[in-house]
Amino acid sequence: MTTSAGVAFEKARTDGRAALVGYLPAGFPTVDGGIAALLTLVEAGCDVIEIGLPYSDPVMDGPTIQAAAQQALEAGVRTTDVLRTVEAVAATGIPTLVMTYWNPVERYGVERFAQSLADAGGAGLITPDLTPDFAPEWIAAADGRDLDKVFLVAPSSTDERIALTTAASRGFVYATAVMGVTGARESTSELGGPLVARTKRIAEQTAPGLPVGVGLGVSNGAQAAEVASYADGVIVGSAFVRALLDHPGDLDAGRRALAALTEDLAQGVRS
Amino acid sequence: MTDLDKLDHHGADAHGWYGGSGSFGGRFMPEALIAALDELEVAWQKAMLDPTFLQEFESMLQNYAGVPSMLYDAHRLSEHAGARILLKREDLNHTGAHKIRNVLGQALLTKRMGKTRVIAETGAGQHGVASATAAAYLGLDCTVYMGEVDTERQALNVARMQLLGAEVVPVKSGSRTLKDAINEALRDWVASVDHTAYLFGTAAGPHPFPSLVLSFVRGIGDEARRQCLDLTGRLPDAIAACVGGGSNAIGLFAGFLDDPDVAIYGFEAGGEGVDSGRHAATIFAGSIGVLHGARTYVLQDDDGQTVESHSISAGLDYPGVGPQHAALSASGRASYLPVTDEQAMDAMALLARTEGIIPAIESAHAVAGTLQVAKERPGETLLVNLSGRGDKDMGTALEYFGLGNAEATAEEGR
Ligand SMILES: Cc1ncc(COP(=O)(O)O)c(C=O)c1O
Repeated sequence: MTTSAGVAFEKARTDGRAALVGYLPAGFPTVDGGIAALLTLVEAGCDVIEIGLPYSDPVMDGPTIQAAAQQALEAGVRTTDVLRTVEAVAATGIPTLVMTYWNPVERYGVERFAQSLADAGGAGLITPDLTPDFAPEWIAAADGRDLDKVFLVAPSSTDERIALTTAASRGFVYATAVMGVTGARESTSELGGPLVARTKRIAEQTAPGLPVGVGLGVSNGAQAAEVASYADGVIVGSAFVRALLDHPGDLDAGRRALAALTEDLAQGVRS
Repeated sequence: MTDLDKLDHHGADAHGWYGGSGSFGGRFMPEALIAALDELEVAWQKAMLDPTFLQEFESMLQNYAGVPSMLYDAHRLSEHAGARILLKREDLNHTGAHKIRNVLGQALLTKRMGKTRVIAETGAGQHGVASATAAAYLGLDCTVYMGEVDTERQALNVARMQLLGAEVVPVKSGSRTLKDAINEALRDWVASVDHTAYLFGTAAGPHPFPSLVLSFVRGIGDEARRQCLDLTGRLPDAIAACVGGGSNAIGLFAGFLDDPDVAIYGFEAGGEGVDSGRHAATIFAGSIGVLHGARTYVLQDDDGQTVESHSISAGLDYPGVGPQHAALSASGRASYLPVTDEQAMDAMALLARTEGIIPAIESAHAVAGTLQVAKERPGETLLVNLSGRGDKDMGTALEYFGLGNAEATAEEGR
């Protein structure tokens, strides 16, 4: 049974806090190791999981996530391994999304991918290089199966585009708070607050109640708390990947680092 | 109808689809870049309707780049081929290739948009050198992304770009070649888009780049058509060009698309042979996918991961191709065929020895393919785009032919 990410956002909202969304690519460091790492995120307090589908040409990713994806690809990870990872994580009951560049989905077949994802218990897709105006096939496939469609808005988005994007999104809408690629940053962006405010204002008309998650750059509890003060969800990726990269060949140590970071972030979204 | 509605979209609809909605092209890009692409599209469409811009562009081409390039009747090559071969001499342009047309257009547009910095990707270094040249000429800052593998293969072009004042950034991610240089340039652009323009090096990528690049290189075909009529009194029976991303080819083809009796051939890099798996014959042997912002033919595996291409010519060594070519292939208007490394190198030597012209290895693919076409079309007139000159390729030629040793040449001559 798939659970929409919207359910987890709603629960966090009821608790009077922001949701914590954790990202790791599948197949990193290995398929089974990646599953173990993701389960650590679940156990340590993430509310929603994003599983990255490693892709050869990740134009929106900075060096950290690129390195992990490349390792996964070099180790031979396949799209079917990503779906297996989704199944293992979704079995815990946590809403589990796949974050993927578009070509692997197109190659697998849009309808077929949507069905396999639903069969695995996946909640939906986050599509960093697919905007709603070029997504009619995916939108139809997702709507037919009640899957989440998480599209992105950016500081450079016009109001018209935010309207288009929020109207097409389901689960939540992903606000990229910096103009730049993924990667942990020293300070949170001053662009995040205004973007979320603008998105929420527009979504009142186009998609009432649609949660807004903020990603790109968050790496510790203090930053999470700051983002949580204006957003419905805090999305963390590179910092988790970094925790694993910092412990090469020692998955247990990597998982301990993941757990500690998750707990710090989980406190942040509650402060 | 506004002026913008009347503008020729160069075969694309308003969303950048070629050959029907949802088919080839489009804009598969991060939302963060959509505003910049929209801004670019509007600025470009306005510029193309502005006589001042068009005059300035024409004047730069004529007084700086050496355009129009001549159409040359290649007698000795024709004798060898058994057909009349006309060469469009883009190799004589400033910086040695058709690429200067595209960068001058895009750099001029950058100035007009009030941006102060340009970025570019480059494989062999030709587009990088052209971009650095245009930036120097127009007083813009320039950063060129180049795969680390290519910076090593093409050290001389790295030096050229540096001498022209550009910063060259070696790209260490992925396969460390052209496709990864494009990825890295896109990453730069996401973070710098308020003051930076991306000078895309070929007629590929997200809308409006394929149409925009075409608008700046289509002079190749328009000139060639006129020149052919002047020289021979009629249109050619067939035209040919090499296809990497597709800019020199679409520039030539555009002049003849409405002439149904003119056959059109694009020659892709067959590398070590299409069956070897080591090639860049994207249309001939690839499949439909999305790469670098457009739906087109791509070299990819069963999971949609991009497969590395191979060609002896760095300028054709790209696992994607412009969407206009994908559409022209699908409609049957143009034929796309592979030419191997060996056939191209043979044609390079043949052109050097019969005409005293050393072509770029990219362009040698077009010559080699045309020699094959000549067998099926004896006595006909075949117009070939000689997209660039071979200076940059002397290192490869030296190695391939075992040149550089004067005694060995004398030996061979006896
Ligand atoms: C001389 C020459 N011809 C052709 C090409 C291939 O590019 P395109 O297919 O865009 O013309 C290049 C690229 O570097 C080149 O330098």
